[in-house]
Amino acid sequence: MRTLSLFAALAGLAIAQSAKYGVGRAPSDEEIRGLGATVAPGGAGLPEGSGTAVEGRELFMRRCAKCHGGTAEGDVGPPLVGGIGTLATPKPRKTVGSFWPYATTLWNYVNRAMPFNEPGSLTHREAYAAVAYLLFINGIVEEKQVMDAKSLGKVRMPNRDGFVPDARPDIKRK
Amino acid sequence: MTKTNRRKLLGSALASGFLAQAQEPRSLGRPLSGYGERSKFVRPVRTTRVTKTPEAGSSSTPLADMLGTITPSALHYERHHAGVPDIDPAAHRLTIYGLVQRPLVLTMEEIRRLPSVSRVHFLECGGNSGVEWSGTGGPDVQRSYGLASCSEWTGVPLRLLLDEVGLQPGAAWLIAEGADACRMQRSVPITAALDDAMLAYGQNGEPLRPEQGFPLRLLTPGWEGNVQVKWLRRLHVTAEPYMTRDETSKYSDLMPDGKARVFSLEMEAKSIVTFPSGGHTLSSPGLYEVSGLAWSGKGRIARVELTFDGGRTWTNASLQEPRLPKAFTRFRLPWKWDGGPVVIASRATDESGYVQPTRQELVAARGVNSGYHYNGIKFWRIAAGGVVTSADA
Ligand code: HEC
Repeated sequence: MRTLSLFAALAGLAIAQSAKYGVGRAPSDEEIRGLGATVAPGGAGLPEGSGTAVEGRELFMRRCAKCHGGTAEGDVGPPLVGGIGTLATPKPRKTVGSFWPYATTLWNYVNRAMPFNEPGSLTHREAYAAVAYLLFINGIVEEKQVMDAKSLGKVRMPNRDGFVPDARPDIKRK
Repeated sequence: MTKTNRRKLLGSALASGFLAQAQEPRSLGRPLSGYGERSKFVRPVRTTRVTKTPEAGSSSTPLADMLGTITPSALHYERHHAGVPDIDPAAHRLTIYGLVQRPLVLTMEEIRRLPSVSRVHFLECGGNSGVEWSGTGGPDVQRSYGLASCSEWTGVPLRLLLDEVGLQPGAAWLIAEGADACRMQRSVPITAALDDAMLAYGQNGEPLRPEQGFPLRLLTPGWEGNVQVKWLRRLHVTAEPYMTRDETSKYSDLMPDGKARVFSLEMEAKSIVTFPSGGHTLSSPGLYEVSGLAWSGKGRIARVELTFDGGRTWTNASLQEPRLPKAFTRFRLPWKWDGGPVVIASRATDESGYVQPTRQELVAARGVNSGYHYNGIKFWRIAAGGVVTSADA
């Protein structure tokens, strides 16, 4: 993505050998971990823990359904299921199942931002279980498939290849 | 005449003079105050759609009521995903780590010790004017173009901090994270640092407003608002983007072929006639100053043209100097309304030569489901009675 401009950036940004101003201090590894999990598309950064859709269903009904609906069809919060195959139609339905390119993004988002009214309250296990459940109801993983730091990055989302770089300027003038 | 007589005469003359000029007694105004408020006769406010989750949504600047180019901070548009946090600046930390040689944690006090800059820049939500894709566009400037504002920002150049931590080979992206409840996260190409990006702590002469990220936000001038992460708490330097929810599920542009464009960061040139515009009524034929705002994420505005015949002919408007790069530029043109029906619009050209497109041109290129990054020309219809509405309504 944007490969050319990124190379330009690397050439342009001097790699300074020492700090010029020396303000601030070095954080410890523990302090950095304390900032919370953050996850790369391939799964780097995923913490320990695991969950399946079986556990996830119970959690979803208890913690998510009141906003996303009992079948994740959407209510106060957006729908989290369906829409696969609709992206190239006049009425595309963008959901976790039909649109999101990476399952790791789902874990990263649910873990940091959901439940909407209590963000940060899920344990890592619960986040894995919730994600496993959402992937299961979208027909992407099996009900008993264990989602963890190893398996989640390997899940292939239906729209994995659906994202392309910015193509602007794209206006054709007569 | 004796002295006393003269004094009497003078006295009575003065007295009658005072009587002739009798006036209403006035009461004193309000006393000095610690924090000023606007006149009670000035009432424009941000508007928002009512939802069940008012912590996730947006409020729009009343652009048609703005004068000049700076948006008062209290009227700067809002876009939040988990409400506005109240952050104690003394407790706030920014941590920079990852592909760097010297990871760094900074307090706000330390950040403010570093060399700083002040610059005027617009900020626009990637979803601004999204309603226009439908073809039945917003009824007024505020509801259709109001997710854009312009402020003077003060902060530390991003480049200075990246030099301070020292990038490792391969460093290409910054994963920026906010301290709001949802820990908003976006991947930012490190190219931003080559240009004019800063970590801003000041806005229009005072610390950032909480709604704009107090005490610290990322500012990447000219790019969509969402990437300019507010309440900034960490910058993780990486080799690849993290494809976070708000750069995949949201703020990506879905094309008719089902592919979605990601990292469409730069906001292309745009302009809007703010007077006369939807909701206004011209009281009588005669002179009016047509006025509006233009901006471009590519740099300065080079030209703004106005049409009074629905786009058949165009006339240059005058541009207020200084025309700053990636900032609102005010345009104006005195105009005599003959009282008949008119369709007016503005069209901006920026210094790169990019010309603001029509809605038809945008739809031809992207279809109607891309949702974000709409910068089409907006037409207003002035009816014979003077009532102004959206021309496509
Ligand atoms: C109080 C209501 C509420 C609860 C409870 C809730 N959500 Fe949400 N959810 C929302 C709202 C509102 C949004 C949209 C937020 C935004 O746009 O910033 C959302 C967005 C999401 C999204 C992103 C959807 C997309 O397509 O972008 C996912 C995934 C999600 N929620 C999962 C969950 C899970 C899993 C739970 C339970 C652990 C949960 N939510 C509980 C309200 C809720």
